[in-house]
Amino acid sequence: MNINKLDDFTIVIAGQAGQGVESVSVVMAHILKKQGYNVYASKDVMSRVRGGMDSVSLRVSTDRKDAFVDRIDLFIPLHSGGYKHLEHRISEDTVIMGVENPTDTKREVKKINFIQVAQDIGNRIFANIVAAGAICGFLGINKELPINKLKEFFTKKGDEIVNKNIEAFKKGYLSGAHVAFNLDIEFSLVNKSDMEDYVFMIGAEAIGFGALAGGCNMMSSYPMSPATGVLTFLAQNAKKCGILVDQATDELGAINSTIGAWYAGARGMVTTSGGGFCLMTEAVSLSGMTETPVVIHVAQRPGPATGLPTRTAQEDLNLVLYAGHGEFMRAIFSPGLPEDAYNITAHSFDIADTFQIPVFILTDQHFVDALYCAPIGEFSEKSFENNIEVTEKDYKRYQLTDSGISPRGIPGNGKGLVMADSDEHDEQGRITEDMEFLRPAMMEKRFFKRKKLLEEVALLPEVTGEDDYEILVISWGTNKAVVNEAIERCSKDSISHAYFPQLFPFNKKVKDILKKAQRLVIVENNAVGQFANLITQEIGISFSERILSCNGKPFSVEDLEEEFNNL
Amino acid sequence: MTKTEQNEKSFDIPKSIDNQWCPGCGNFSILHIIKKSLKDVDWSPQDTVFVSGIGQAAKFPQYSGANYFNGLHGRALPVATGIKASNPNLNVIITSGDGDIYGEGGDHFIHTIRRNPNITLIVHNNMIYGLTKGQASPTSEIGLTTPVQPDGVYTEPINPIAMAISLGAPFVARTSAGNPRHAQDIITQAFEFEGLSVIDIFQPCPVFNKVNTYQWFNEHTYVLDEAYNPSDKVNAFEKSLETDKFPLGIIYKNENRATFENAIGIYSENKEPLYKRKIDFSIINNLLNERK
Ligand SMILES: Cc1ncc(C[n+]2csc(CCOP(=O)(O)OP(=O)(O)O)c2C)c(N)n1
Ligand code: SF4
Ligand SMILES: [Mg+2]
Repeated sequence: MNINKLDDFTIVIAGQAGQGVESVSVVMAHILKKQGYNVYASKDVMSRVRGGMDSVSLRVSTDRKDAFVDRIDLFIPLHSGGYKHLEHRISEDTVIMGVENPTDTKREVKKINFIQVAQDIGNRIFANIVAAGAICGFLGINKELPINKLKEFFTKKGDEIVNKNIEAFKKGYLSGAHVAFNLDIEFSLVNKSDMEDYVFMIGAEAIGFGALAGGCNMMSSYPMSPATGVLTFLAQNAKKCGILVDQATDELGAINSTIGAWYAGARGMVTTSGGGFCLMTEAVSLSGMTETPVVIHVAQRPGPATGLPTRTAQEDLNLVLYAGHGEFMRAIFSPGLPEDAYNITAHSFDIADTFQIPVFILTDQHFVDALYCAPIGEFSEKSFENNIEVTEKDYKRYQLTDSGISPRGIPGNGKGLVMADSDEHDEQGRITEDMEFLRPAMMEKRFFKRKKLLEEVALLPEVTGEDDYEILVISWGTNKAVVNEAIERCSKDSISHAYFPQLFPFNKKVKDILKKAQRLVIVENNAVGQFANLITQEIGISFSERILSCNGKPFSVEDLEEEFNNL
Repeated sequence: MTKTEQNEKSFDIPKSIDNQWCPGCGNFSILHIIKKSLKDVDWSPQDTVFVSGIGQAAKFPQYSGANYFNGLHGRALPVATGIKASNPNLNVIITSGDGDIYGEGGDHFIHTIRRNPNITLIVHNNMIYGLTKGQASPTSEIGLTTPVQPDGVYTEPINPIAMAISLGAPFVARTSAGNPRHAQDIITQAFEFEGLSVIDIFQPCPVFNKVNTYQWFNEHTYVLDEAYNPSDKVNAFEKSLETDKFPLGIIYKNENRATFENAIGIYSENKEPLYKRKIDFSIINNLLNERK
């Protein structure tokens, strides 16, 4: 095997839940980033706390690569169950370093019994550090940096623990280096110094940072995989940033109190997944009717019902698009990478605030759980300020204006009174059943005028590839990176990619971008092509091919490369 | 106080606004009582927010000259909590029905008591669903017949007072629209109380509940005397189990519970409501730098 010239290398660590697969991966990811490599890690984790079989794929590269690949260059089984779990991804070229495969003794395995080594040191809990050591030894990484990291990490636990961990690391390192030596592998992954400017975060944290930058100061949410990461992130930083974070009793409480918070001038967000969002839908309609902004993050997982709680999907676009009874406007965004999530989440607060509507950020398990190195710069004072007006005595919450947007007052900030009503109402906010003038005027304001305004500011798709394309591949959210890479790798000419950071409503210019292509191809993780159908419905252009998957797994670069070659 | 100042604190609404309640409805009496209590505590309409769900009682805010958020059926409590927690300077009052608070919103009733925001919850208990034209409510008594319960209600009525005490609500009271002086006194005390006050106020619905009338409530209630001590929880719980006759008064009171707004910690140093606070980008940028 020749991996001397690799600038892109994938390590997969597999073990039972509770064996520390994730913690080794996180430690490794930090070490590799510090060495100047780009790291992307995605996890394949079962919905259980013990047993089962989990794995993490760590992709290490010179250039930025943030997509899932099937190929495994180095496989680290902490448990023999890993072989069956990853059968389809292990090839002849895969170097295997770890426990043996009981069912296939012919396959060469560089045997390292991590648990045994750990036990020799004193406790099996060191097994994952032995594995981290073996990976570093294999890759020929200078020992000093990882050892300092371990010291830093365990210093609170006392000298003995620090020393044992270092011993575990060194033992592993030696075995890993030995394997590489015997295989004549010398690593030449080129590192890049600009990695220093990149920040490390999982997708959920990118949403959280974006919320902070958008002035989020309130979150009330109910835990649900895979959306909980955002709640955890904000809770961890609540004190420092002065954010009101409350674990709600249920999703109905979560969204209703967030709407109450916006009514009183706060900037709130909820985070949830499909089932939890189903419970929130009546309140989406409330936000629409009362013209109270709200920002809603929905991290999708496969349904129906409880579905596959720790797997990925893009099945809930229709749910989010049509959630809530009655007709009112909304905006839906779909970040693809952490920098998109950061900017888009901040932007969502502005859109919600300016247009006084519910705004959605639609992500999925793959994105929120994946770990990225992202070029996220500092936000300047180009800040996001409240569009809140001091009220006059004759203030009318639903004043009919040319634009359709009424100045947003909040209680206790001026001489006026702020009356919000979920019944149809007059300009002041009092119940009305005037169907001759007020009902049509309010519909015009809430729906038709808002639609126009929102279309004008709608984000355009990002087109990459050749300018005059024949085939245009459309993606949204999580598939941005994998489609980009598969297009670069495929053998087709005149193929380009349009990633949509906003799914609804559409900017009027989208039509021209789509019309230029002779064939439109959609890539989505659902059964029917929900976004393709939406484009056809709203813009009147049809798709010639649909590349769809609803098996709960993310697309791999290899999957899509093959699909594109066959177009 | 000058005349204009007085007017500025008036919770009256223009006469032109059409009131949708039926003649003889207990809600009129409650509206009058609450306005009197508001005068007692001297709150201004600008700093007061009424929050309600949906129902006849929930239309209350429409007929009061203050800020309001008239939300969804059952969901008044979380909205009110969000408002109060975002701006503790506001006086937040919930006026909604028995069906709205104890039925559709029952989960919020339980868990808002656990949170203890400093708001006043006034439940207009007419033992019926008024707005939907007379079906059983969670407080309807066994045997009450309605178009949907033609053979009479067979489900056990909820005891909101016992429930609230057991969950640790710090101010639990019952009063009656038929006893306006008593009701005014209780509601004024509730407004002045620091913490969640739960008031169940009996309210006749002469149109859809022909059993629980003004007269019935008079005959089936009695006012607790001065000697009653509401701070003894076990004693209060026992009192709450009396249902014939129903005791009226502050059944339970605990002055030592921290409010939600104080417990969440964001107001311990900075007293500003959330809308007045600016984003501190240096904190965000530091957090980002830690991840390099
Ligand atoms: C989600 C939902 N379900 C049902 C209704 C219909 N509904 C409106 S008010 C009400 C019951 C009201 O009873 P209560 O809260 O006791 O108020 P009252 O009219 O008696 O004052 C119902 C069932 C609704 N508006 N929303
Ligand atoms: S239906 Fe009953 S509760 Fe409603 S206004 Fe009429 S009398 Fe009052
Ligand atoms: Mg009722």
